[in-house]
This record gives sequence, C-alpha cells and structure tokens, in this order.
Amino acid sequence: MYKIMNEWNGKTLGKEINNQIADSVVDSDNDSVFIDSQKIYEVMKFLKETSGFSFDLLSSITAVDYIDHFEVVYHLKSLITLSKATIKTKVGFGRQNQPEIDSVYSLWKGADFQEREAFDLMGIHFNNHPNLKRILLWDGFPGHPLRKDFVTNSQSIIEEENEN
Amino acid sequence: MSIKSEPITINLGPQHPSTHGVFRMRVTFDGETIIDVEPIFGYLHRGSEKLAEERTYTQVVTLTDRMDYVSSMLNNQGYILAVEKLSSIQPETRGVWLRMIASELQRIASHLVAVGFLIQDLGAWGTPLTYAMREREKILQMFEMLCGARITNSYLRPGGVFMDAPEQFWNNLTSFIEEFPSAIDELEKLLTSNEIIFSRTKDVAVLTPEQAINASITGPILRSTGVQWDLRKNDPYDFYDKVEFDIPTHNAGDNYSRYLLRVQEMRESLKIVKQCVDFIEPGPVRPHHDEVPFLLRPPKGDCYVAIEGSKGELGFYLVSDGSISPYRWHVRSSSLINLTLLRDMLIGTLFGDLFVTFGGIDINMGEVDR
Repeated sequence: MYKIMNEWNGKTLGKEINNQIADSVVDSDNDSVFIDSQKIYEVMKFLKETSGFSFDLLSSITAVDYIDHFEVVYHLKSLITLSKATIKTKVGFGRQNQPEIDSVYSLWKGADFQEREAFDLMGIHFNNHPNLKRILLWDGFPGHPLRKDFVTNSQSIIEEENEN
Repeated sequence: MSIKSEPITINLGPQHPSTHGVFRMRVTFDGETIIDVEPIFGYLHRGSEKLAEERTYTQVVTLTDRMDYVSSMLNNQGYILAVEKLSSIQPETRGVWLRMIASELQRIASHLVAVGFLIQDLGAWGTPLTYAMREREKILQMFEMLCGARITNSYLRPGGVFMDAPEQFWNNLTSFIEEFPSAIDELEKLLTSNEIIFSRTKDVAVLTPEQAINASITGPILRSTGVQWDLRKNDPYDFYDKVEFDIPTHNAGDNYSRYLLRVQEMRESLKIVKQCVDFIEPGPVRPHHDEVPFLLRPPKGDCYVAIEGSKGELGFYLVSDGSISPYRWHVRSSSLINLTLLRDMLIGTLFGDLFVTFGGIDINMGEVDR
C-alpha cells in the first residue's frame, strides 16, 4: 500500500541532466551529481518542473567548507515519483571573500530560512534571495562561525596564553 | 462615520510564556487583525554544529539531546543512523527494537506536550494540560529506568543502545500499553468535540498541500493537509518495515486537524510499541567494542539520513575526514523549516489566534536555534 522511495544514482541522473542542459554536470559519483555553479538555477528548475523528476520537496540545503572551496549541498525529494537525489555544487574557489550562487527561493519557498542559515553561518551569498540577512546570529557579528578559518574564543585564549 | 485607525507594531517575546521558549515575533496589527509578522530567531543559539567539530562521534549524541529537548530519543535515533550509515555499522537486533520502543514512546510524549500546550494556548488553564503531563510523566519514568535520565537521554549508541532495559521497565511498559488508550479517550472526551475548541481552531490558519510541500513543510502539518507522507513508511529505517501501522491524514489543513492528527498518531505509535514488545528477543544490545570501537573513525565521505521526527523530517548531514570527530555536522531542523509559512498563515487572522496557530505548528526552540 505504501511505496518506498528510490534513490537516484548520481551517474544516471548526471547523464539525464547533461542531455537536457549542455555542460551543466561537472562530475558525478554513485551518490551525488556535481553541477556547475553558474547553471544551478537552470538545473534546479529543470529538476522541479520536468515530469519524471518532479522534485517538489526541497529537503535540505547546506554548505561545507573544504578549505580551498565551499560546497553547497541540496537534498531533493519527490512525492510524485517517490525518489530522492543529492545535488552538489562547488563555489568560492581560492577563498574569495564572498562565494556566490543563485538562490532557489523562487522555486521552493522552503529555501528561505535554509539559505539564510547558510549565509549566516557559512557566508555563502545567495543571489536573488529576497531577504538575505543573518538568521541565528545578530547583525554585525564578526565573520561566519562554521568556516574552518573562524577563530573561536577558546582558541584565541589558548593562543594568548601560549604567547605569554 | 468610519473610525480612523493606524497600524501598530508590537514585539511578542522572547520572554513570553506562550512562545514555547525564546521566540520573538515582530507583529503589526491593524486593530486586532494581524497584517504583518516577522519571526526573529537566535535567542537559544548555542552553535551545536560548530561544537560537534571538536567532539568525538559518541560525544555528539549529547548535543542532539539538547536540540529538541522534548524528543531527545528521536534526535538520538536520527544521528545514530547517520553515524551507522557513514561507518557501515551493522546494529544488533535487540538494540534496534529497544531504540524503536524508546523513540515511539518519545513521539507519544512529544505529541502529548503539543496537544496539552495547544489547549493551554487557547486559554484553558490547567486541566487538559495536567492530563497530558500525567501520561508524559509515566514515559519519562520509563526513560529513567532505561538510561538514568528523563530529558537528556543520550541512550543510543552506534550499533544499538547504551544498555539493556531492566526488569521493572517491562512491567511499567505493559501497564502503560494497557492504560494509555483509555487515557487518550479521556483526553479526547474533554477536547475533541469541545465546542470552544471547534470555534477557535476550525478553519483557522488553513494550508493547502501545494503550499506546504513548496515550503518544505513536513510531519503532522503536511499530513493534516491530506498528503500521506511519512518517512517511516516511504523511506523505512530500523525495523519500521516489519511493523504494521497506518498513517492518519486529514484534509482540512487547519489547526483542528493538526490537533486531531497528533491524537491519532499517538494511537498508531502505541500500536508500534506493542508490536516491538512482541518481536523483541534476548541478545546483545550493542556490538562489542572490538567491532565498534569507542573512538569511531568513519572513512572519508558524507551521508544524509532523514527520519520522521515528532515535528517532521529530521535530517542529519555528516561529513567525515577520517578523524575522530565530524568534519561537518548539519541538522535539517524540522522546527525551523515548518515556520517558513508562519507569516502567510497568520496574516489576516486575529490576535487571539496567533498563539493557537503557533502552538499548532508545534516547534521547539532548542531545535530552531540549535
């Protein structure tokens, strides 16, 4: 009676996307597809609106700091085709101060708070987001704490003690 | 003659007893009608995700307790499943049954809090809430027997649970299973056909399924709009594919159907607990530490595991770099994301409905702010 959700193989999904939107897939492995960060909005629109994919539920958006670049990770689910997929994209190579990517807010309203959180804690700038401001921390907080180069209070105290 | 009125902006919270914690809303009223709402978060932000990067995989379990502190067992379960997937640990059968019992009892406890406080938000001081809290107390006592803690349990471990349940736990569980249906009946007799609750919650803050799915809303709120979506059925984890239960849904999508749905879900959870007790067999509750060491070093990689929490899809995204602590830990917090449509739900309603709608969404500030 209840159907079980399938997981898209990253390589299969990558091929399907690349056939429709040329040069959009950079890389793919068994779990996820890596998309060119310039084409993320186009690909997401395709995945949401094409029947056969119909990813109508945006589960989660998050970002990871890999020192030399950031990775924005999207987890998509479809209640229509009962499937799930992981989409990743790499931004901010060479530690630019402000890594940029297009917002998917106009496709899924559920991106609202999650993109604000990624902006607040990781410093990813989402273009075209209508209300991109800090969500958990206060305005004027110095830096983005989930970045690996963020110095926490305890670390700075230890460093000071070592200097003395 | 028309009366001249002008909008007024009021801050509700963070120190307000009806905000279920430290939530703040900047609400603009025109007379008694709400014309704008801006939720402001962060008063309980403790930086759990950053803290996890300096702790071992087992120590992070204690951080999950402190997220949604009325459903700690479910948080434990989601996190442990992510760790197990990342480091390919095969859990022990008895451990899995025990943690299913624990997390379904926790779901009942969490829904009791939601239902009890919803009525409190309506202005009914006392009686229904104490009925709900009385039942929750029995569950908390059972948790105390399992792990020594009532709220911050930290009962689950990679591969199973911390330790086996004592004899007294089974006695208490048997009498709880016998008594709880009549306790829900009692609660429902007070509330379900209560005329005041009808008039205050029916057709208030209505959501359509399209709106809810588009805003990533999951859990009881999504099911109250008529969408049959439950990760225990659609993406089974642990042994949920071996037990039989139904997913109740309602079509109205208003505050009343959210209340009714939670009551029905409690009955379904009890069904699951009953079956778990029948299925459970003696055996080890977690692998020996030769197989699963205390200091886990999962291989490089990442994984996302989502479970059906008491408030919706509770997801854990873990990235490992091969060391003893997570490289990145992200929580897909259902409480935060379910608030996405708060503004749309409240605009046009009256001040008196504000906290009823807010209570109907059922959030927990520990999980919103983490």
